[in-house]
Amino acid sequence: MFHHLRALLKYRGLIQTLVMRDLTARYRGSVLGFFWSFFNPLLLMAVYTFVFTVIMPGAHPVDIQPYGLFFFCGILPWTWFSSSLTESANVLISGGNLIKKVLFPAEVLPIVSVLANLAHFILGLPILAALLIYYQRPLDPLELLWFPVILVVQFFFTTGLALLLAALTVHFRDIKDILANMLTLWFFSTPIIYSIQMAPPSYRWVLNLNPMTHLAISYQEVLFHVGPHGHWKWLLALGAGSVVVFLAGYFVFDRLRDSFAEEV
Amino acid sequence: MTAAIEAVNVTKVYRKYARKKQFATLKSALLSGSLVSELRPDEAFEALRGVSFTVPKGCTYGVVGRNGSGKSTLLKCVAGITKPTTGSVTVEGRISALIELGAGFHPEISGRENVFINGIMLGLTKREIQKRFDEIVEFAEMKDFIDAPVKTYSSGMYVRLGFAVAIHVDPEVLLVDEVLAVGDQGFTVKCLDKFSEFRRRNKTILLVTHSLDLVEKFCDQALWLDKGKTRGEGDPKRVVTAYIVDVEKAEEQQLAKEEARRVAHAATDAPPAAAEQTQNPVETAEAPADMFKATEGRWGSRELEVTAVTIVDAAGTPAHVFQSGAPLTVRIGFRAHEPMRDFVFGFGIFNADGVCCYGTNTNIDELEPDRMSGEGEVRFVIDRLDLVEGTYTFDVAAHKLDGFPYDYHRQLYTIRVKARRKDVGIYRPPHRWEVTGDVTFRAPGSGFRRGDDDDPQR
Repeated sequence: MFHHLRALLKYRGLIQTLVMRDLTARYRGSVLGFFWSFFNPLLLMAVYTFVFTVIMPGAHPVDIQPYGLFFFCGILPWTWFSSSLTESANVLISGGNLIKKVLFPAEVLPIVSVLANLAHFILGLPILAALLIYYQRPLDPLELLWFPVILVVQFFFTTGLALLLAALTVHFRDIKDILANMLTLWFFSTPIIYSIQMAPPSYRWVLNLNPMTHLAISYQEVLFHVGPHGHWKWLLALGAGSVVVFLAGYFVFDRLRDSFAEEV
Repeated sequence: MTAAIEAVNVTKVYRKYARKKQFATLKSALLSGSLVSELRPDEAFEALRGVSFTVPKGCTYGVVGRNGSGKSTLLKCVAGITKPTTGSVTVEGRISALIELGAGFHPEISGRENVFINGIMLGLTKREIQKRFDEIVEFAEMKDFIDAPVKTYSSGMYVRLGFAVAIHVDPEVLLVDEVLAVGDQGFTVKCLDKFSEFRRRNKTILLVTHSLDLVEKFCDQALWLDKGKTRGEGDPKRVVTAYIVDVEKAEEQQLAKEEARRVAHAATDAPPAAAEQTQNPVETAEAPADMFKATEGRWGSRELEVTAVTIVDAAGTPAHVFQSGAPLTVRIGFRAHEPMRDFVFGFGIFNADGVCCYGTNTNIDELEPDRMSGEGEVRFVIDRLDLVEGTYTFDVAAHKLDGFPYDYHRQLYTIRVKARRKDVGIYRPPHRWEVTGDVTFRAPGSGFRRGDDDDPQR
C-alpha cells in the first residue's frame, strides 16, 4: 500500500495535466467560461442571503452580521467538499474506458476530482476577499496562518472519503443515489447557514461529532469572527483523524483495485 | 536471448452476469481484495486456462484464434490492465498497448491538448511529447485539424491520432490488438512500416489479429488460442495452417447441420407447394430465366425421386469445405417408383448472390435416356473446382425431357470454397503470368517487410 502511495508522487505530472484538462474542458463552449467559478458561489450566496434576510429575517441572530459574508465562509469550502464527493462517486464508472483499456493508475481519477474542485474553491477566494473589503472587515494576518492548515486538513479528509466512495460505487451503484441525499442531510447538520451557538445545547454534541462542523467553524473563526482562533484544538484533532480517514480510504481503494477493470 | 514477455500458467476467470451478486462480508472483501464471494463453478467463465508462453526480446509474436478464444484477455493480462486469477505474467521494459486507440481522449478539448494528455497517460513527460509532437501530427496526417476539438473528428481521424500517440511512446514492448483495420490503405502501410522499424530496432511486438496473412508474413512466432487454451505454438506458418484446418472443420460441421435442417424442412413442407408448382411445371424446371431466381425449395411429382445428395471430396468422404481447384463429386441417389424411359438429371451451381455460375444436365451433355428402374446413383464429377473463394449452393434435379419435374432440389446444398489468394469474380481459370523485358518480381511474402534488415537487397 505504501509502495503504491509513493508511486502517486510519480503521477503528479499526470494529475496536474488532468486537473488542467478538467478545468479547461468544464467551461469549454460556455460564454462566460472561467467566470462561472466566481459566479456560482456568488449566486448561491445571493439566494441564501435573500431567504434568510428578506423572507425569514428573524431566523438568524443579530450577532452574525453581515449574514452574506458568514454564509460565504461556510458554503465555499462546503461546495468543494460536496462536489468532490459527488464527482468521485461517479469518476471510475465514467472513466471506465481508461481503466479497462489503458494501463492507468485508477486512484488518480478521484484525486483529480478533489483537486479540480479545490481549484474552484481557490478561484472563489477573490470574491471572499472582495466581500471582506466591501464590509470593511480587516483580517488578523497571524490568524490567517491557520487558513492553509484548515485547507490541508479538509483536503485529506475529502480525499479519503473520495477514494472510499469511488471504490465502493464500482460495486454498489446505489451509493450514487444515496449520496445526494446524505449530502443534503450533512449540509444541514453543519453550521453553515446557522452558527453552532444557535443549535439547541442538548444536540450540540451531535454536531460536534460531524467533522465538517469543525472545518466550518475554523473557517468562520479565521475569516469571519473577530478575535483569536479558539477552535484550533478541535482542528488539530480533526487533522489527525483526517490522515486516518485518508489512509483508510486509500487502503480500501487499493484492496479493490484489481476488481475495477472487470466491474466498471 | 532474454525473455521480454513471460506468461506462466495464466488463468483468468470472469464472473458470468448474474442478477444478484453474491456479496461477501466487508471484512473478507478487504482481506481477499474482492467484494464478491468465491465463485461457484456455474457462475465462473474461464477466459484463459493455463496459458504459458515466452516471447524473446526482439521477437514479433502473433496470437490467432476465433472470437471469444481469449486473445484480448491475454493481451490485457500482459498489459497489466487486469491481473490473471492464477499464474503470472512478467514483462521487461516499457509497454505501450494499442488496445483501444484514443481511449483517454476528451471530446471537448483540442487534438493538440489531447496528444499531451494522452502521452502523459502513456508515461511520457511533457518535454518528450514536445519533442515528438510534430512527428506525431505528421504521422496521423492531422496537420489541419490538430487545434479543433476532438469531438469534431471523424472516427478515422480519432483512431489515427490515437495510434500516432501510442506508437510514439517508444515502448520496449508493443501490444497490438486488431488495430490495423482502422485506416485506409495508405495508413495501414504506414503502420506496417512503423512495425517493421520496431522490429529492426529489436523491440518486442505482441500482435493479436485475425489477419492470418499478417501473422504468416510478419511474425517470428505464433500462438493459437482456442477456448482459452493453447492449441498450438511455434512457427507461424505451421500454426496458421493448423488454425485454418480447424476453422474449416468447424465450418464443415456448421454447413452440414444447416444442410440437414434445410433438406428436412423441404421434405416436410414441400408436398403442398409441389402440388401448386406442378400446375405450370414446364417453365419452372428448365427455362433458363428461372435459373436466376434464387429461392430454396423442393418440388416435383416424385415418380422418380432424388433420395440422397452427398457432396464428397477426392477421398470420397462427405465434405462442405473445398479448396479452390480441388476435385468434387456430387453423388445423387435416386429411386424410380416404376420403370421409365423419359428422365434427365440436372445440376447447377449458384454463388451467394444467386447468380448461376454453371448449369447442365444429362440431356444438354447429350446422354440419351434409355431406361431405368429401382434404385441407383448418378455421380456428377468435377475434376477441378475452379471457383474463387465464397459460398456456393447447388441445384440437383430429376425431370422429363420436356422439363416436367420429377424431383427438383433448388439450392438445398451448400459448399464453401476456400482460397488463400483473394482473387475476385466467380471463375478462376488455371493461369500464370509470363513476362519479357526487364521485369522481375520478388518471391511472394517479401513485399511486407519493406526496408527490413533481412532483405538482402538493402
